[in-house]
Amino acid sequence: MTGAVVRMRAVQKVFGGGADQTHALDAIDLEIPKGAFVSLIGPSGCGKSTLLRLIGDLTQATGGTIEVNGKSAHRARLDRDYGIVFQSPVLFDWRTVERNVELPLEMSAIDRRARAERARAMLALVELSGSEKRYPWQLSGGMQQRVAIARALSFEPALLLMDEPFGALDEMTRERLNLELLGIWRKTGTTIVFVTHSIPEAVFLSTRVVVMSARPGRIIDVVEVDLPQPRNDLTREDERYFAFVTRVRERLRGGDSAQVAAKTRAAAM
Amino acid sequence: MRVSSIYTFAVLRAARGPLSFLVLASALALVWEVVKLLGGEQTDAWTPPFRWKIASDLNMPHVWDIAAAFAEPAQRNGPPLGLVLVDAAIFTFREAFGGFVIGAVLGLALAIVFVHSGILERALVPYVVASQTVPIIAIAPVVVIWLQAGWLSVAVISAYLTFFPVTIAGLRGLRSPDPRALELMRSYAASPRDVLVKVRMPAAAPYLFAALKVAATASVVGAIIGELPSGIRDGLGGAILNFNQYYISGPPKLWAAIIVAAVVGIGFFAIVRVAEAIFLAGRLGRVET
Repeated sequence: MTGAVVRMRAVQKVFGGGADQTHALDAIDLEIPKGAFVSLIGPSGCGKSTLLRLIGDLTQATGGTIEVNGKSAHRARLDRDYGIVFQSPVLFDWRTVERNVELPLEMSAIDRRARAERARAMLALVELSGSEKRYPWQLSGGMQQRVAIARALSFEPALLLMDEPFGALDEMTRERLNLELLGIWRKTGTTIVFVTHSIPEAVFLSTRVVVMSARPGRIIDVVEVDLPQPRNDLTREDERYFAFVTRVRERLRGGDSAQVAAKTRAAAM
Repeated sequence: MRVSSIYTFAVLRAARGPLSFLVLASALALVWEVVKLLGGEQTDAWTPPFRWKIASDLNMPHVWDIAAAFAEPAQRNGPPLGLVLVDAAIFTFREAFGGFVIGAVLGLALAIVFVHSGILERALVPYVVASQTVPIIAIAPVVVIWLQAGWLSVAVISAYLTFFPVTIAGLRGLRSPDPRALELMRSYAASPRDVLVKVRMPAAAPYLFAALKVAATASVVGAIIGELPSGIRDGLGGAILNFNQYYISGPPKLWAAIIVAAVVGIGFFAIVRVAEAIFLAGRLGRVET
């Protein structure tokens, strides 16, 4: 089946009321095709995380329509059509690693044996086999985030929402997890929506980069990144990769030109 | 670390408490006797350099006299005091345990209600706080009149002291999960019951245990005080009242009763502490560092 997993039409999100109201998002039209890896990038305050939360029905739009998997975002949440990963792993420290991964499955009618099996499979997918019985506090930050990814995938959802998932990790761990995430994406065929503030990360991972501007949050460009798949460490040295990075950077600058130009000048001095 | 070793570790950690308690109790006894040595009463072998009224044998009986009192009969031809006090302690502990359970259940129930309803929280929490400003001595007779003198009324009086810390700590603990954790549960389309059982309650557990330790000792105090207006003579409250009235004829008896009351409170505290160590064992890395 081809088609859009996420379809947003004229979506608007206003916080507050009266004189204090802020337009977090305005006139958002976005389609995310099945199997795509889409990054949302923009300056802080551009509403990229809000956009992700709207897709996940964790907050409600003040205007427009949002469809996920051909139904309302609300229905899709109730049907557990997506998994979500935040910047912090949000693991439950009273549960072992495998019991953390099983948590979402406990909300459904899946029996204990099947749950344990699924948890093992997901932990194997994120290369954490052997850590099933450990507690989260015994793991490194990168490993904890992998557990969070395994947990988000435990329902085998059609859509994976990630809100700056590697933002708190060091550069090396981050690059390794980028590669692993691409491997998971290929293996599972899950559609991924990925919020980041790192241009190289967005270009490296995505088939499509959605560039946003702030106040009000708007989509200013959608860059199709047709770098060859599967991507690997060599991709980061590809000339076309740099070209895409430059292009996204310029688009971001266009969205907030005065500020970015000032920053560039400061950096050049 | 293997899971079983985590438990062994937890139990060892818990055993450290009683040990240091014994050391402290011995030190206290030593200080007690040193004070008597300096300002106590004259004997054939020793004349103290000072004379302090508080250090007299009436006010501060010798540690060994208190110890000996346990073996002597409480009344003429009766069983030894130690046995009487153990019976009384068991009696009072039962009341205290009842008060502890009633208070814990009620306290937690209130916390769960408040965490789900902002209106009820705002409406009722001031009364919950105000309830603790009314002295238990004033409440106790009323409870006895309502429920009639007996085991249950003492437990209810005791619960009056125990529910409060559980409500306050429980409320705090139930609110302690990361907002992201609650969003995560929302993304799983989790029911309010699942959120409570799988996220809020486990997150509240360390807070609840802290409150239950307070409640354990408070329940013993509540039970002892509750016995007084109930006219119950079989417990430690009755014993303390009795030995207080006849203090002149045997000071060590009151001290023995005080020691037993303290031991009951400390013992109850220790039981909760061990339960906590076992229950929170997996989390030691986070909780105990």
